[in-house]
Amino acid sequence: MSALNTYILRIADDSLILGQRLSELCGHGPAIEEDIALTNVALDLIGQATSLYEYAAEIQNGGKTSDDLAFLRLEHQYLNTLLVEQPNGDFGMTIVRQWLFDTFRLPFYEALQQSKDAQIAGIAEKALKETRYHWRHSSEWVIRLGDGTEESHYRVQEALNFLYKYVDELFYMDDIDKEMIEKGIGVDLESLRPAFNERLKHVLEASTLSMPAYEWKLKGGRVGRHTEHLGHILTELQYMQRAYPNLQW
Amino acid sequence: MKEVNLTELEAAFQAKIDSEVRIEPKDWMPERYRKTLIRQISQHAHSEIVGMLPEGNWITRAPNLRRKQVLLAKVQDEGGHGQYLYSAMETLGHSRQQSMDDLISGKAKYSSIFNYPTLTWADIGAVGWLVDGAAIMNQVALCRTSYGPYARAMVRICKEESFHQRQGFEIMCVLMKGSEEQRAMAQDAMNRFWWPALMMFGPSDADSTNSEESLKWRIKRHTNDELRQSFIDATVPQAELIGLTIPDKDLKWNEARGHYDYGQIDWNEFKQVVSGHGPCNTERIAARKKAEEDGKWVREAAMAYAEKKKARKAS
Repeated sequence: MSALNTYILRIADDSLILGQRLSELCGHGPAIEEDIALTNVALDLIGQATSLYEYAAEIQNGGKTSDDLAFLRLEHQYLNTLLVEQPNGDFGMTIVRQWLFDTFRLPFYEALQQSKDAQIAGIAEKALKETRYHWRHSSEWVIRLGDGTEESHYRVQEALNFLYKYVDELFYMDDIDKEMIEKGIGVDLESLRPAFNERLKHVLEASTLSMPAYEWKLKGGRVGRHTEHLGHILTELQYMQRAYPNLQW
Repeated sequence: MKEVNLTELEAAFQAKIDSEVRIEPKDWMPERYRKTLIRQISQHAHSEIVGMLPEGNWITRAPNLRRKQVLLAKVQDEGGHGQYLYSAMETLGHSRQQSMDDLISGKAKYSSIFNYPTLTWADIGAVGWLVDGAAIMNQVALCRTSYGPYARAMVRICKEESFHQRQGFEIMCVLMKGSEEQRAMAQDAMNRFWWPALMMFGPSDADSTNSEESLKWRIKRHTNDELRQSFIDATVPQAELIGLTIPDKDLKWNEARGHYDYGQIDWNEFKQVVSGHGPCNTERIAARKKAEEDGKWVREAAMAYAEKKKARKAS
């Protein structure tokens, strides 16, 4: 598999798996407005994943479709970060997960727009517009919940304490990234840290939340080593394609 | 000040209705008109919100990326419909919270169809095609209902619903062109959803308690049986076109009437489902109750934050 292909799948899988997680909530949100907003985010993410899988299928040129890539890989072949596969938990957990992800995705897509690969640059440009909205929405909620009631403050702080160990993996880089950066296609993720940290700090201050005090980090998703959750996500996601192979829907 | 008596007000109200002038929130209206509308609009809003559940049941298992996106968008539209309908209801002085509480306590009703389970992917096709199809029959008529905010909400809703109905039919078309298993899945969905879809129009005219007054006030413009007949007449040719069999041995074209004759609806089943004993009534209400309870701290936090923000601005 080419480095470009792996690079695209990593981005696409983040979008697909988070979109799948959010779509579990459709019809169960804390208020109708929020149900609609989260479904909208899910829809954007699955749209982004679709464009990326289509491109990956095209460059693989092995007769696979975007649906084959989304639905018919094995668990260790999915390359999403561990953060996005974490369960929805309560609304605090859902929104903190979303906020951490959006805070990363925003500078990431800003930089990816400059990619020398015109298709990737185009997808990033469209996705950036969506991500701006997602980020505003999730940041506003983190502030509201952090600075809301005692209970809401406690819940989002707990969510942040739990999820923070998965943040560093968003910046994971290996030889694939190196090659993509050298070719002018990919983004040097280290260069995004200052913007990421600045945005994080700004929202944490406004929300009266504090940065978790621990240092440990977990990773593995980018090379296909996941948490126990992904297998269950895929069981649902892939159900129809596995139960009724090779059919049109 | 001139004293206006109730009879004169009612006569003036009826004259407006008769000359097709829309009633607006601030206009005088008989208390029963207001109550009937609150009941009907809230029932309609709840149907949209509860209706998200059986379809939401298949979002995470949708068979491909395109279907997943279309279904997400559809269920999101239903949420949007619920939102405008609750707003229309609020113009009559009934709060959304009260209405949600009534839903959870079982006091308020919603369309009986959503108490049936969605067991296979074909059910998503059948729900879009038959359930949204039946809903449109009602809703197109409601675009001209006498209460302004309700009629305006319906105009927007109808545009989206007819899109959903076509998408549902398209799912069924693809299945009927597919493998034997897919065709069997589509026919099974048809068998389970056909009769409940016919029940969506409510009791037959002879037994409908609210019809006469609603027609006089032009809240309704057609009777339950008229709408049911239009639905059957429109749907049977569509089913035949793609090779689905309607599960009614008495169904046949009546040349003299210019309509299809159809078999006896099982009104006992309808009564059972409406009174809480359908296959999923308990689960649907439990899901709404859980969302309401789980969301309580979130709504409280949002309110507390808004208060703090206001206080900071003021100081």
